Amino acid sequence: MEGLKQLLSNNVRKFGMIIALIGIALLFQILTDGILLTPLNVTNIIMQNSYIIVLAIGMMLIIITGEIDLSVGSVAAFVGAVAGVLMVTMDFPVFAGILICLAIGAIIGAWQGFWVAYVNIPSFIVTLAGMLIFRGLTLVVLQGQTIAPFPDGFRGLSSAFVPDVFGGEGEIQLFTVVVGIVLSVVYILSELKIRRTDLKYDFKTISFPLFIVKLVVFTIVINLFTYVLAQYEGIPYVLIVLFVLIIGYTFVMNKTVIGRHIYAVGGNANAAQLSGIKTKKMKFWVFVNMGVLAALCGMIFAGRLNAATPQAGNLFELDAIAAAVIGGASFTGGVGTVFGAVIGALVMGVLNNGMSLMGIGIDWQQAIKGLVLLAAVAFDVLNKNK
Amino acid sequence: MSERILEMKSITKTFPGVKALDDVKLDVRKGEIHALIGENGAGKSTLMKVLSGVHPYGTYEGDILFQDKRCEFKNINQSEELGIVIIHQELALIPELSIAENIFLGNEQATKGVINWNKTIIETRALLKKVRLNVEPEEKIKNLGVGQQQLVEIAKALSKKVKLLILDEPTAALNEEDSENLLKLLKEFREQGMTSILISHKLKELLKVSNSITVLRDGQTIRTYRRTEEEVTETMIIKEMVGRDLTELFPDRVHNIKDNVVFEVKDWSAYHPLDVERQILHNVNLHVKQGEIIGIAGLMGAGRTELAMSLFGKSYGKKITGTIKKNGQEVSFKTVDQAIKSGVAYVSENRKEFGLILIDDVKNNLTLANLDRISKNNVLNTSKEVVEAESIKKRMNVKTPSIQQKIVNLSGGNQQKVVLGKWIFTDPDVLILDEPTRGIDVGAKFEIYKIINDLAEKGKSIIMISSELPELMGMCDRIYTLCEGEITGDIAAKDATQETLMTYMTEKGRS
Repeated sequence: MEGLKQLLSNNVRKFGMIIALIGIALLFQILTDGILLTPLNVTNIIMQNSYIIVLAIGMMLIIITGEIDLSVGSVAAFVGAVAGVLMVTMDFPVFAGILICLAIGAIIGAWQGFWVAYVNIPSFIVTLAGMLIFRGLTLVVLQGQTIAPFPDGFRGLSSAFVPDVFGGEGEIQLFTVVVGIVLSVVYILSELKIRRTDLKYDFKTISFPLFIVKLVVFTIVINLFTYVLAQYEGIPYVLIVLFVLIIGYTFVMNKTVIGRHIYAVGGNANAAQLSGIKTKKMKFWVFVNMGVLAALCGMIFAGRLNAATPQAGNLFELDAIAAAVIGGASFTGGVGTVFGAVIGALVMGVLNNGMSLMGIGIDWQQAIKGLVLLAAVAFDVLNKNK
Repeated sequence: MSERILEMKSITKTFPGVKALDDVKLDVRKGEIHALIGENGAGKSTLMKVLSGVHPYGTYEGDILFQDKRCEFKNINQSEELGIVIIHQELALIPELSIAENIFLGNEQATKGVINWNKTIIETRALLKKVRLNVEPEEKIKNLGVGQQQLVEIAKALSKKVKLLILDEPTAALNEEDSENLLKLLKEFREQGMTSILISHKLKELLKVSNSITVLRDGQTIRTYRRTEEEVTETMIIKEMVGRDLTELFPDRVHNIKDNVVFEVKDWSAYHPLDVERQILHNVNLHVKQGEIIGIAGLMGAGRTELAMSLFGKSYGKKITGTIKKNGQEVSFKTVDQAIKSGVAYVSENRKEFGLILIDDVKNNLTLANLDRISKNNVLNTSKEVVEAESIKKRMNVKTPSIQQKIVNLSGGNQQKVVLGKWIFTDPDVLILDEPTRGIDVGAKFEIYKIINDLAEKGKSIIMISSELPELMGMCDRIYTLCEGEITGDIAAKDATQETLMTYMTEKGRS
């Protein structure tokens, strides 16, 4: 019991937002008479928020280094527009088109990173300029028109589902259930491995019963989730993209030298510099990374809309920043996790979705989201001062 | 001349863990220039902060009598109202505002909130004339030199109807000529009846202008000289400033000095990073052998930290010239990374700003400077990291409940051990330690000394920078003195006395 208490008090913030997410979900589950967590709507929530989650991951890295990126919405729109021109107007093959778009994102990121890291212009200014520049260029590329429709292969990225290879008939998509089981096995094995190393080195570990409880809870959550998805169309492709991004970025941030350097730069740039870290280079690459993710976001959004439009990506930057902040990022830098950003994005996403289901107008939705953002940060500040 | 304007009686001020002032008394007569002198950390600035209300009444013990009235200043405004104005070492002017705006900042010449600019300008002009600064009142501060800014500060003090002017190291950043002017001005003011307290390290300067000299040491008043009544010489003051015995403060050391020179610096020069005309370091030469501990002594502003940082991957300065030899081979460190890789470590004097990531935990701070040691192909081996961090924690005797504790929650001494541990983790041959015991208590100091001795015994070369001369004399084999960016002495520690060191530190071109 002591262990659990310790665990909770050490991670108030991390668990706080998960608990808030669960609370919000349950609240809307009741308010919407159970519509929120139907298989169809859960799938919807994932697909509606996929592009924000992608942005939030990149934004989290940016904020961890102590910077900000206001241009991501415009960059997403611009890349979406380029994708439209390439694949719709010019009939480029989908795969080549996607690669070119990601490269463009990287170049845009490098452009902004250059000004921020090497010329020392505040990122607020650089990316505010970028916001205008790329919104303008979007209009130029599209000539004010909407380009549609995209080829099927491209649309699949954001709106198709992995087919049921087991050919399961009827209500349940068998493949998805199997994936859930496989994932749980992988999860349990990796947890066991970690625990074995911890014990070998005599590290502090949670007690064995608590460990079993943890395994059981997570296994149930994973399988419940895949079971819900299986009741609709199964696993959307975009969920696989998100899964890879979340696992990949969590690994980079927690387990690699690069990740450690990013945290160090944000935590104390002077100390990082004197520890031999190339702080400028780090900032530069974090912006390049943001550019690539913004490009990916732009393509997912365009694919979902099945059109490249001049208004795409409007205010995405604010959603992404809000997600990162709700998820535990601090504007002073050095703090935050990828997982937190995802939770933050889901909090916003579930709020949006739930309020829409209840028929609350867009006006009130905005106001309520604003209050939630403020409350999340206030909670954090008060918690820190304790 | 003998009328008393200020009396501070039995002032005692304690900071957490340190007694900064201990029963200090200060007796200033009307119309004199009173010099306040002491080593770094002797308590001069703290005493002036008590006087001016920066440390409010109630946070210290003792009495302040100004013009025979008891004063209980709660903030700086109250002391200024009585005419006590302090000009700090770091000038407090706003660069983007004009001279006139700065002078009347917080004291705007306004009626009902509307500023009367004509009055402001006219009064500023009169004030500037008094301090002999021939610049338009509308000029922005950022366009003025340091000497001129100093004069603006004084003009600002005059605008507050100053009776007692306190100057904290006013000439530290000034060149000869500007210093001369400033001192001349102070003398003129004295003739007009103003009293000033002058804090300075430059003894010659003080002897030239002062009527009385009070010496502080380790937070205590040593004595006050009245120069009309007795003869005072530089040597006498130095003796009073440093005169304490080397007690059993330093652990025993096994000397293990080899003949080979590990680290050698030749003709090292550097310029100020922003003011590229100003040379900070002048042809510095030094060397350190394997297992040797050398010290660098110098007063504030002598360029000690600047020297260390410029050597460490050019982290300070512009237009750096000179050579570094490591084990006889010439090396050049363009980045900190290269310096670390070739076995040089620098422990900053300011652990909070340059040494540690306060919001991160002990473990991550310990391993940050050498993540290569615990990673393969850029992937961290976090288990190995914990094992390594634990072992350093043990070796440094860092007192923390766990290596996952955030650094902010550690005491100063333990933070310092983490910084040292972080650099020992890079396995350096040469450690540059900049004020390694600043702001930590005696017990922790002793432990740090033991670690340093241990490193030297194991064949590391140590360069130790410190403001505390006894520390250098107790720890080092040789001591270099640095004065205004020049090495002025290279003295075997066994031959060194604080008096000789202080002489070399204050005098350029003696050696």
